[in-house]
Amino acid sequence: MRTTATKTVRGEGARLAALRLLLILAVALVGAGLGTLRAPARVTAQDANTSCAGEPIGAGAGAEATGSPAAGSPAASPDAGASPAAGGADLNVAFLPKDTTNPYFVTAATGGEEAAAEVGGQFQQVGPASANAAEQVTFIQTLTQQRVSAIAVSANDPDALAPALREAIAQGIKVVSYDSDVAPDARQIFVNQADSEQIGRIQVQILGRLLGCEGEIAILSAASTATNQNTWIGFMEDELAKPGYENMTLVETAYGDDDPQVSFDRTVELLTAYPDLGGIISPTTVGIAAAAAALEQEGRGGDVQLTGLGTPNQLREFVQSGTIQQFALWNPVDLGYLAYQASAALVAGTITGAPGETFEAGRLGSYTVGENGQVVLGPPFIFTAENIDQFNF
Amino acid sequence: MSATTVAPGAGRATERWAVLARWETLLVGLLLGSVVLGAVRSPFFLDGSNFGLLVSSFAEKAIMALPMTLIIIAGEIDLSVASTMGLSSVVLGLAWRDGHPLWVCIALALLVGAVCGLTNGLLITLLGLPSLVVTLGTLALFRGLAQGLLKQDAVSDYPEAFRTFGFGKVPGTGVPWSAVVFAALLALFAVVLHRSWVGRQIYALGSSPEAARYAAVRVDRIKVALFVASGAIAALAGVIYTARISSSRSDNATGFELDVIAAVLLGGVSIFGGRGTLLGVVLSLATVATLRNGLALSNVGAATQSVAVGALLIGSVLLPNAARRLAPGRVGRGGRGGRRGGPASTAEAHDPAPG
Repeated sequence: MRTTATKTVRGEGARLAALRLLLILAVALVGAGLGTLRAPARVTAQDANTSCAGEPIGAGAGAEATGSPAAGSPAASPDAGASPAAGGADLNVAFLPKDTTNPYFVTAATGGEEAAAEVGGQFQQVGPASANAAEQVTFIQTLTQQRVSAIAVSANDPDALAPALREAIAQGIKVVSYDSDVAPDARQIFVNQADSEQIGRIQVQILGRLLGCEGEIAILSAASTATNQNTWIGFMEDELAKPGYENMTLVETAYGDDDPQVSFDRTVELLTAYPDLGGIISPTTVGIAAAAAALEQEGRGGDVQLTGLGTPNQLREFVQSGTIQQFALWNPVDLGYLAYQASAALVAGTITGAPGETFEAGRLGSYTVGENGQVVLGPPFIFTAENIDQFNF
Repeated sequence: MSATTVAPGAGRATERWAVLARWETLLVGLLLGSVVLGAVRSPFFLDGSNFGLLVSSFAEKAIMALPMTLIIIAGEIDLSVASTMGLSSVVLGLAWRDGHPLWVCIALALLVGAVCGLTNGLLITLLGLPSLVVTLGTLALFRGLAQGLLKQDAVSDYPEAFRTFGFGKVPGTGVPWSAVVFAALLALFAVVLHRSWVGRQIYALGSSPEAARYAAVRVDRIKVALFVASGAIAALAGVIYTARISSSRSDNATGFELDVIAAVLLGGVSIFGGRGTLLGVVLSLATVATLRNGLALSNVGAATQSVAVGALLIGSVLLPNAARRLAPGRVGRGGRGGRRGGPASTAEAHDPAPG
């Protein structure tokens, strides 16, 4: 009561002074914030798409250029998409994701729709409301009965779906798997979103760029037996052995077991054990989020660089707070887009799924079918503060 | 309520037939309606190959509906069938993973199913517990066992011949193998229920357990046998299902019990026992399978399909009741007509055992 009264009495002058002070503080804060954000961004600008080893990031075409998201550039090549559309009028591709409510697959479907509009085909997405292989079998049978021209499927169980898909193929329906493969004889093409080598290398390349190619780094992985992570870490070590990374040292690989609490604790231990730690790579969605939370709790966000693999929805707050500047994953929009284009090419007869065949995939350019009917989407997509809000998955 | 006690007697059989015939006429109408709906909504519905899809996607539930019909007529219920199915699928998978010959694995799965049924039967008869409570418990218990045994794994490396059985059709026809199994079991259960002394005792048991006991019906023995049959056939359904989706998972067939029981009740079997025929249940199974198939072909999701089936079931209970209330001329014997006429009976036929 008394304070309020005093304040009122003191009047305008004091209030103005307080406002001015607040304003100065705010400007200082924003400036400081921008400062921390900007500093490594300058490194980015310098090196553009070049890694510490002097190679293009993403081991090939510029990663950031490729992945134009949903609002991307469908107009880029109006007639490129028309090539596989020979039978456009009858083209009816059904997407059968693991789970139709998962934002990841909802996002991928927008890519499928985009491709359908370009090619002049029909698009539909059907599937179980929760990941369930048995329900997917029923959907495959229904789609077969509906005589769709192609099914693009992300399998909940590679073997459970195989007999139904083989039956579909026997009826003349083209089958493409995307995101999660089925038994190779139960599909013609697998659109692989992630090439292990590129996924592994790009995380080191991102961190190298953020750190100016020097400093101590650590890896926070999932379980020590996790197949994917160990494959990626192998390529990370290989990338670090290249010339250009002499001043970057991998001091420890810790294992958070894909458990948020364990990952959090391991991160704190890394910070304690290596006071000069410059950066952490966490090639697991659980690990990177837990590490980000740990860095923020310890007040080291932005000071220790963190990158790895994650999804935009899960990491958005950490990107906004500056704890994570860049992280990698594939772009599900492009994945859906390519799955549709590959289906269209199969239906048109441009490709059959044999290695060495090539087809045009609209704005993503030309693709070649690899070993075992695999088509690799391309370099991983790098999410930054600038582009993260275009994604919702 | 006009809970007229039914006098057991000679007139009863003919009366029952007359009324049930009416109910079955309604079911034929519903079935035809489902066919028309499917044909209107999808150009692929009346296609010859659709029959195989329609049958195979509902075969497991149809098979389990057979013993369920007998159990409900006997005045009991088995909520644990889908869990028994899942557990047997898991046992099949584990045995196969351990390298046993396939026929051993299948025999083991059927045995486990029978043991599940025996557990239900003994708990119900020895401890005198209501089957609703016992099988609600084993619904959770058997599913829990399945989850404990296989965790999040899946066994799916089954041989081609096994998958063909689950997925394929009798050579030269469009009839799935599972339909053959269903037809054989239907014949067996029809004879047992409608042409044998066992069937008569089942009806007697459901109409009035006390009277049946006095009439020297071995109530406990029949109940245990029914639950063992239900368990073993749920396991058989589990084997067929495992073959059809070529994988054993602990969540296989979750929730199937609701479709099975709904189909039996829609078929005119009284939830309070003593009334119903397999003909009605077969018609109801065909209706539900056709409805689901037609909706699926016109891209209606599984959730909406369930809404349609649920609405059909509730409507089939409400309509006869409403019709009876609106027809004053029949009030005198209306209580009876309604009680006998299919699921309408569930609404009021809670008359305690006479005597």
